[in-house]
Amino acid sequence: MTATLEPTEAPARIEPRDVTFKIRRFIPETDDDPHWEEYVVSAYPTDRVLDALMKIKGEQDGTLTFRRSCGHGICGSDAMRINGRNRLACKTLIKDLGTGEITVEAIKGLPLEKDLVVDMEPFFAAYRAVKPFLITDGHEPTKERLQSAEERAVFDDTTKCILCAACTTSCPVFWTDEQYFGPAAIVAAHRFIFDSRDAGAEARLEILNEKEGVWRCRTTFNCTDACPRGIEVTKAIQQVKRALIFRRV
Amino acid sequence: MQTHRFDVVIVGAGGAGMRAALESTKRARTAVLTKLYPTRSHTGAAQGGMCAALANVEEDNWEWHTFDTVKGGDYLVDQDAAEIMCKEAIDAVIDLEKMGLPFNRTPEGRIDQRRFGGHTRNHGEAAVRRSCYAADRTGHMILQTLYQNCVKEGVEFYNEFYVLDLILVERDGRKETAGVVAYELATGAIHVFHAKAVIFATGGYGKVWKTTSNAHTLTGDGMAIAYRRGLPLEDMEFYQFHPTGLAGLGVLLTEGARGEGGILRNASGERFMERVAPTIKDLAPRDMVARAMVAEVREGRGAGPDKDYVYLDLTHLPKEQIEAKLPDITEFARTYLGVDPVTELVPVFPTAHYAMGGIPTNVETEVLSDNDTVVPGLYAAGEVACVSVHGANRLGTNSLLDINVFGRRAGIAAADFANSHDFAPLPEDPAAYTISLVEGLRSGAGGERVAAIRRDLQQTMDLNAQVYRTEATLKEAFTDIQELRRRYRHIAVQDKGARYNTDLLEAIELGFLLDLAEVTVVGALERKESRGGHAREDYPGRDDVNYMRHTMAYRIPGAGDESGVRIDYKPVTITRYQPMERKY
Ligand SMILES: Cc1cc2nc3c(=O)[nH]c(=O)nc-3n(C[C@H](O)[C@H](O)[C@H](O)COP(=O)(O)OP(=O)(O)OC[C@H]3O[C@@H](n4cnc5c(N)ncnc54)[C@H](O)[C@@H]3O)c2cc1C
Ligand code: SF4
Ligand code: FES
Repeated sequence: MTATLEPTEAPARIEPRDVTFKIRRFIPETDDDPHWEEYVVSAYPTDRVLDALMKIKGEQDGTLTFRRSCGHGICGSDAMRINGRNRLACKTLIKDLGTGEITVEAIKGLPLEKDLVVDMEPFFAAYRAVKPFLITDGHEPTKERLQSAEERAVFDDTTKCILCAACTTSCPVFWTDEQYFGPAAIVAAHRFIFDSRDAGAEARLEILNEKEGVWRCRTTFNCTDACPRGIEVTKAIQQVKRALIFRRV
Repeated sequence: MQTHRFDVVIVGAGGAGMRAALESTKRARTAVLTKLYPTRSHTGAAQGGMCAALANVEEDNWEWHTFDTVKGGDYLVDQDAAEIMCKEAIDAVIDLEKMGLPFNRTPEGRIDQRRFGGHTRNHGEAAVRRSCYAADRTGHMILQTLYQNCVKEGVEFYNEFYVLDLILVERDGRKETAGVVAYELATGAIHVFHAKAVIFATGGYGKVWKTTSNAHTLTGDGMAIAYRRGLPLEDMEFYQFHPTGLAGLGVLLTEGARGEGGILRNASGERFMERVAPTIKDLAPRDMVARAMVAEVREGRGAGPDKDYVYLDLTHLPKEQIEAKLPDITEFARTYLGVDPVTELVPVFPTAHYAMGGIPTNVETEVLSDNDTVVPGLYAAGEVACVSVHGANRLGTNSLLDINVFGRRAGIAAADFANSHDFAPLPEDPAAYTISLVEGLRSGAGGERVAAIRRDLQQTMDLNAQVYRTEATLKEAFTDIQELRRRYRHIAVQDKGARYNTDLLEAIELGFLLDLAEVTVVGALERKESRGGHAREDYPGRDDVNYMRHTMAYRIPGAGDESGVRIDYKPVTITRYQPMERKY
């Protein structure tokens, strides 16, 4: 019951080391094609990749461009391909990337705008298309709608989405078929289809049944692996498919 | 340059901005300008909850909530505003539920509530369960739910548009609102938005400090823009340092962790809050807890190799409770410090968190240009504003409440204003200031780097204007800021391009931070007392005779570093509660 109070040894002081970053750069005003550039930056193993990028921008090259805001994995601004995998730069520590050089490039499948910045509009358009809001019928109650803890638990996982696009831009189907809604939009639909207070399931399932809809998913699990919020994306998509087949939620 | 016309322009798409947009869009032609995609706003970082006296789990009422808010704010709260907020809190929570927010539920299926710092039953008897929450991601759910409803209502967003100026025109010797000027990140184009009414909802300015729970983008733009246009800023010396930031990083661990039963301990394991606040202990208001933590460290009872932090202990709580109620902060501790809160003590230290001060408004959210003159057509809500419902120290959960209650009020008030007024004429060259600001920085040839000046600013603020302050430390900060202003004039922006020039925008944001740091420090120097979040070691007591009043800071015009700050005062509105000593 009581905690051990000198729990860990006072941790040994850690020294920074030089880390090499290979970053895929693209300046629209001057570059015809993207190219790789190398930077060496002194970083602590516990630094975030975002810290290192900010250090490069601040000290070496102010033109390096990327989005960032919260710095701790809750705003979804800084999804990028780090060592070939989609992750949030602010949630990836240097020490978790081994000791070799670290490659950083923009997420794939959305139009590249500059360096690590892509055009997010197609991504948000897919999100908006699935009616991502509570649809109700009948009379408004005067107080809150009731919902049991068990009913809420059914869709808890998909409420965690921060719209970072890591899943959608890791999906091979999305890369080749820009019409596909992509996993994130299906996650948003799931969040409402399985909400006991919602009455819009039919309409959303109709949308997802279209040719750009859930049937494009080939269950490669890239999305689930990429999701920084630990959402079981593939499972959510499977549940939506099943709801379509049985027309029952 | 492009010119747009809207009845209402809302600047900011966090909780306050989007709550306003939902009201305004229904009533008038509205545009929302935001430098971030709406769902990236820092409201999404809020964890613990939103208080309202729903009395779903135990007896409670809005009057108790009002009392706690006033007392928590060390009596600097305008009591009429607090009363409105606490009354309207109940509908604000119910509205969010109806919009779809997935609150945690009681066994009966009602919205569940939990304890939070400073919220008590019957005027301080014991902690009360008042905070409505969704695990430890209440802010995320509020932000998502409001955005979803904006999608539903077809709210018109201009994403990644940075507002850099407010257009005020003089008519009959009075300032009137004519719109804003914005910089479009994608193209570098300057846009003028001609509007009948403008709502500022741009959030806080935590990036003035190094250790902060705030996003990199929280640079106080709205406050600084208003200040540069001659409007006052109120109570800026009152800045909240949240007790439990991850040590060394500032990433926040919600007070909800203590609401669930977490305990603060010093290096020898002592529960030191028992000494400081015998009744509510670890759930005392934030200013008291933060000071107690700093005192532990200063008196040599801190933990770690440098004895520079204390511990948050959750290890006595069941694993299931931690994982169900506090999943995100558990993950933060694991990810960033490699510490598992289920079995290990988490190193924590105060982190710069929340601006109690801001652009002064009345309870209708109308912006004031002095103690009582309204600027027609200009509104502010959320962390950027000072109504003042938080006084000298905000209670946890009262900001998510503030943004919903006053965001809603702002949306209605601005639309009503627009529907009953004409456009004020645009001045001759409305974008002149913005163009010269942008071009000046882009063509600057000096050798100073934005990142270096920002780092030095944050360092001096952490060292000299943090939880404890003295005349000497504040003067040091002031001198440093003057020097940094001089250096700022020689800044070199390396990116000269038009598209996605974040280098340029960081330079502009740094200019805002320097202004706000100066106002904060001057306000702190002039307030020779200790109250709420402002603790002067050289004036340890609260001084109601001389300082029971709001600070109003005005910019004395002058070029660049020649400008200065003029301090004036405004009376506090007291309705029900006479100031008492603050004991918990
Ligand atoms: C980690 C953390 C946890 C918190 N937990 C709680 C809690 O549990 N309960 C509680 O009550 N409060 C909490 N708070 C406080 C609360 O979350 C904030 O005070 C509140 O969300 C602020 O909302 P806002 O709408 O005013 O601003 P924000 O949500 O910060 O939004 C600001 C908006 O303004 C826009 N903007 C800024 N500058 C410009 C510009 N120049 N041009 C155009 N747009 C601009 C941004 O794009 C953004 O959309 C917490 C805060 C933090 C940091
Ligand atoms: S499901 Fe996960 S990866 Fe996909 S957008 Fe949401 S948070 Fe990002
Ligand atoms: S900066 Fe917000 S998620 Fe990384």
